[in-house]
Amino acid sequence: MEDLWCVAGAIFQLWMVVVVFFIMLPAMFGLSLGVTGVYIQILVKILEWATIRIQKGRQEQPSVPVPLHTGIIERARGSMEEQMGQLRCPRPPAAGEFCLSDAMYFCKKGLESIVDDQVTQRFSSEELASWNLLTRTNQNFYYISLRLTIIWGLGVFVRYCILFPLSAKKWLSELVHLTCYRICARGLSATIHYHNKENRPQKGGICVANHTTPIDVVILANDGCYAMVGQIHGGLMGVLQRSMVRSCPHVWFERSEMKDRHTVTSRLRDHVAAKTKLPILIFPEGTCVNNTSVMMFKKGSFEIGGTIYPVAIKYDPRFGDAFWNSSKYNMVSYLLRMMTSWAIVVNVWYLPPMTIQDGEDAAQFANRVKSAIAHQGGLLDLAWDGGLKRGKVKDSFKEEQQKMYSNIIVGQNGIGPPEKCSQTKEDQ
Amino acid sequence: MGSRASTLLREEEIEEIKKETGFSHSQITRLYSRFTSLDKGENGFLGRIIKIPESPMCRRVVVSFREDQVNFKGFMRTLAHFRPIEDNEKNKNPPTSEPLNSRTNKLLFAFRLYDLDRDDKISRDELLQVLRMMVGVNISDDQLGSIADRTIQEADTNGDNCISFQEFIKVLEKVDVEQKMSIRFLH
Repeated sequence: MEDLWCVAGAIFQLWMVVVVFFIMLPAMFGLSLGVTGVYIQILVKILEWATIRIQKGRQEQPSVPVPLHTGIIERARGSMEEQMGQLRCPRPPAAGEFCLSDAMYFCKKGLESIVDDQVTQRFSSEELASWNLLTRTNQNFYYISLRLTIIWGLGVFVRYCILFPLSAKKWLSELVHLTCYRICARGLSATIHYHNKENRPQKGGICVANHTTPIDVVILANDGCYAMVGQIHGGLMGVLQRSMVRSCPHVWFERSEMKDRHTVTSRLRDHVAAKTKLPILIFPEGTCVNNTSVMMFKKGSFEIGGTIYPVAIKYDPRFGDAFWNSSKYNMVSYLLRMMTSWAIVVNVWYLPPMTIQDGEDAAQFANRVKSAIAHQGGLLDLAWDGGLKRGKVKDSFKEEQQKMYSNIIVGQNGIGPPEKCSQTKEDQ
Repeated sequence: MGSRASTLLREEEIEEIKKETGFSHSQITRLYSRFTSLDKGENGFLGRIIKIPESPMCRRVVVSFREDQVNFKGFMRTLAHFRPIEDNEKNKNPPTSEPLNSRTNKLLFAFRLYDLDRDDKISRDELLQVLRMMVGVNISDDQLGSIADRTIQEADTNGDNCISFQEFIKVLEKVDVEQKMSIRFLH
């Protein structure tokens, strides 16, 4: 029995040596052995095979529900007017008509949005059409075939026993050193493809990117040094942030402080004005979005002036779900999930710099940048405010609906309903 | 406010809901995950849906979830009213009680949207209040009042200046309620 332990110990030590030699050292020197590339290719092949197996399995078991990503309901198309007009037949839809059936329209709309609304969809992890052997991404994990289960078991073993200890060890030692971002990236098995490096943000500029996870920072910092702007996180993240402040001139804010836009703007402006300072990295969405779309950019960042360098970040969803649902997971459990994922494959596009043009206000400029980023990254360009994830909805939308409806029943010129009523008034 | 929904929906519960509402198995599981995602936090389900935009009638819909503790069954029962009536159901033997998505039950649901104090009559005041919800601040009190008066005049047949459920049905007899008060749930 003891011999067995000795052997196991020896193997473990050998393994650690291999790990250090092949991964940590090259990472420190910025070299790559190309292992990761091969690894990714193998992964893709395995996942494709697994998907085909599952699809076959599904055909044989029709009772297994297929998760849809188009939504739970099919929404009626057409404007409020059209839909109400249909509802009211056979009465002629003249202006100045209220019908008791109108409430049904609003009720239906209300229920439709309760069941399935665009905003909340953005904040739950993308349901994948294929299954990437991570139980988390599939709502219904069914036992489809023995072979698949074996592969899955192997996968668990690999992820938890091999990849994770690697990264845990690395993560601990990296807490204080800024330059070891590269190793973090290796620890997460991240493969990053940078495109258009010539457009990389310069000193004194502002770098703007869409936000999916706190790892975005690691991704970008791998290829250049930035000054971070952001809110202070408690816990592990806070320690990290404080250590980073010592080495680079970062700008941290409390979340409540961020509400005072004036303070924020003036601090940032000072930073940008000093042209020797590192470019500021800002995520204007203000919250983590699940990487299928880009939400409204807060215009504050765009009021500072200076050159904006937009960057589009897109995670390949086949390999792992990088989205951080901060209301569901805290930072530590999130990092754990990340490190035990297969790999993180990211595409980063540096877009050509943009500046605010004459006759454009900050909000329009923000939208322009947002469209460019969404277009490049293949993400949906949404007008919804990411703040809706947390806060109450602004009433203006509801008021718009009310206005539209009022127009329908009283007509554009605000005249009341026709003759009958005015007659009764005259009689009185 | 909202009750804590159990973390997993049991098979028997699914069957029960299926019988009562007529939804399919997969629809129920999908709606369940939607419900649980909304039912988080101290405010619970009702607290969350108030935050969803897109309808001035949201508050009214919220109140129409008639239980004091909104749970998944109550949610499904309300949604069941909006299930479209399929042709093959009309041919089946009628169940002992009327299905929740029959025309009458849909109309009853709509009637209750207006009948705020649940006395089975829509008074002028109630009609005004609901109208006010739908139009916001864009129409004056006088205009709204005349619209309400006209509506009651047309519907009221027994002269009590209120709209009863029977009168409500009569007014809407030509309206295609089955079609319009239906949400198409995907399978």
